[in-house]
Amino acid sequence: MTPVMQELLIAVVKVAVLINVLLGVFSGMTYLERRVLAFMQFRLGPNRTGPFGLLQPIADGIKLFFKEEAMPEGASRWAFVAAPIVSIATAFTAIAVIPYGPPVRIPSFEFLPEWLRGREVSMQVADLNVGLLFIFAITALGVYGIVMAGWAANNKYSLLGGLRSSAQMFSYELSLGLSWVGIIMLAGSFKVADIVNSQAGGFWNWNACPGRQFFAFIVYLIAGTAEVSRTPFDLPEGETELVAGFHTEYSSMKFALMQMAEYINMITVAVLVSNLFLGGWHSGVPGIGPSFFWFVGKVAAMLFFFVWLRGTLPRFRYDQLMHFGWKVLIPVAAVNVLATATWVTLVR
Amino acid sequence: MLEAILFYAFGGLALASAVGVIAQKNPILSALSLIVTLCSLSAIFGLLGSPFIAALQVIVYAGAIMVLFLFVLMLLNVPRQEEGDGPRGMLKAVAILLGLLFVVQVGAVVAAHEHAAAPAGYEATTESVAQLLFSARFLYVFEATSVLILAALVGAVALAKKDL
Repeated sequence: MTPVMQELLIAVVKVAVLINVLLGVFSGMTYLERRVLAFMQFRLGPNRTGPFGLLQPIADGIKLFFKEEAMPEGASRWAFVAAPIVSIATAFTAIAVIPYGPPVRIPSFEFLPEWLRGREVSMQVADLNVGLLFIFAITALGVYGIVMAGWAANNKYSLLGGLRSSAQMFSYELSLGLSWVGIIMLAGSFKVADIVNSQAGGFWNWNACPGRQFFAFIVYLIAGTAEVSRTPFDLPEGETELVAGFHTEYSSMKFALMQMAEYINMITVAVLVSNLFLGGWHSGVPGIGPSFFWFVGKVAAMLFFFVWLRGTLPRFRYDQLMHFGWKVLIPVAAVNVLATATWVTLVR
Repeated sequence: MLEAILFYAFGGLALASAVGVIAQKNPILSALSLIVTLCSLSAIFGLLGSPFIAALQVIVYAGAIMVLFLFVLMLLNVPRQEEGDGPRGMLKAVAILLGLLFVVQVGAVVAAHEHAAAPAGYEATTESVAQLLFSARFLYVFEATSVLILAALVGAVALAKKDL
């Protein structure tokens, strides 16, 4: 096999594994979110399907699969069908360039072909030179899924939801991008793996710590939550005003794809927070080596944090949301960039 | 081989969606086609070994600018343009003539240049772009552009807000 073919084969296997794992985490999250939220509100949550209700995601999937597919009259067919595809494709593409652990060496088993034995494989689909910029670009494209969904359905609630979503997303995208600039300057690289490795040594080296990029961490946490429209920034889906926002008219598997894209975007933010600010696969304790499991633990904690927020906070009002994004978050992020730049030029 | 396949795929997509921009009657679908064109161009930049430009192409054009386009189109809800007669016949003739002229120009430029392959392993990284941009050759132009954009920004806010 030629080297190019080998690389391609490895990439295809990685993509297949990543998509399946993400779908697994997605269905697990739908169950856990409902269950944890229920416990926080002194309810039981879904507990009828299988032991502890564990088969609920499968039941939901089967239900959505057999549900009638409805296309509203006067809808723009082309855009209506393309919207969920754009949403899910951008969601999966953005997460493809993030590493999940230190590179692993494949053990030299007898049954493996020669070129695979002892080969070092990075734990990410593509290792791009411009990693973070790529993620930023793809997330920017993700907005179109929502805009198209809102417009194509020919429904005023959908349109308003779509407009709200996109306005919210690109208002918070600015502070989100600015909050990354500081850590990029500290690590001197756009590569996520380099940024993770710049935080090795102990938890005081993590970017989330005061003295590193604490303000950027807070800004990113808030902007990231707004970017994926989670409570308290879930205005696009404010059901009391907008029915279900941009996906009001979607049913069956198209609805499931929209939902899936939202959850996968949330997982992306959780993964990014743990990689960029919480030391990724580094343990944080000197003497304990890096491992994939530290990374998984941090991501799980972040996902729980999102559910916790949803169980705790009420929703913002729209003008408060815009005011907070433009007049509080962006100045804080900009000052942080200036301070970090000064520090990097003077101290280093 | 692989690069050639990808180049023709994205090149074809860029051309097809560029035709879509002017062939659509619905302005929103035109804008969406333009986004596809810009994304395909970005993929071609990536194939040419400049991932930084590719990412910027998507962030600036496909992301920021086109979202505003779509926003305005959706809020204004521009009605479908019906095709009428009248001066359109002459416009069409002029358009075809200008189109042909453009094709001839592009052909002349392509024919006049030798197709030198990019140096092997060359990559326009973020660093090399930055080195060039902040070199003595481009620094003043670059800074002047930033000031111009800032002035435009302040001007837009001053025009939009009557009392600050």
